[in-house]
Amino acid sequence: MTLTRRSVMVMGAGALVTFGLPMRANAAAEDAVTEFTGGAEVGSEGVTLTAPEIAENGNTVPIEVAAPGAEAILVLAMGNPTPGVARFTFGPLAGSQSASTRIRLAGTQDVVAIAKMKDGSFARASSNVKVTIGGCGG
Amino acid sequence: MADNVRPRVKAPRSAEAGETVTIKTLISHPMESGQRKDADGNTIPRSIIHRFTCAFNGETVIDVAMEPAISTNPYFEFQAVIPDAGDMTFTWHDDDGSVYEETKSIALA
Repeated sequence: MTLTRRSVMVMGAGALVTFGLPMRANAAAEDAVTEFTGGAEVGSEGVTLTAPEIAENGNTVPIEVAAPGAEAILVLAMGNPTPGVARFTFGPLAGSQSASTRIRLAGTQDVVAIAKMKDGSFARASSNVKVTIGGCGG
Repeated sequence: MADNVRPRVKAPRSAEAGETVTIKTLISHPMESGQRKDADGNTIPRSIIHRFTCAFNGETVIDVAMEPAISTNPYFEFQAVIPDAGDMTFTWHDDDGSVYEETKSIALA
């Protein structure tokens, strides 16, 4: 294949789509993290995120979050068009600070859980999920 | 608009006082994300359930703020402490303003 001006332009645009979009989504995700934590330092202990290593279907990916002593847990999908997934707020009658649900993932990406503890500190856990078929109906 | 929205809740009929029980909820809902396009290339508008709450005798168990990244037919599993006999109420808030409710009575064993 000869390298014409046209094919170079097409490849350039392709590269922009591949690398440009995740960066923009990441910025939105970081904003969501900052909004939740208020810019406070985020530790790494105290929250667990259970997600499959490989999800065949991005439309329903089972996840479980648990953070003993947390008052709220924020779940983000870093590679989705909109990073927010859910925010769990636990009341006085919660038996444990854990919950499971099923989420949509647009493609292979990191899923992040951030727990807000009762003492005001934050903890973060992240898990990479490989998605075979994306779940955003592109 | 979502048709045939049917909540389903699995909770024990009775529990010991102070016991921690597992609750499972499922509600049939398309959870249209607002990202998909129809055959003509028009974006299908977002229509999701954006909030789910569970309370026992008026005290909150869990309150979930949901985004379009929650799957079709939202499913939640969580745990609740049962201090006394009473009613567990589940509410789902739809984007279109509808509120779907379900109540389960739990007796003391």
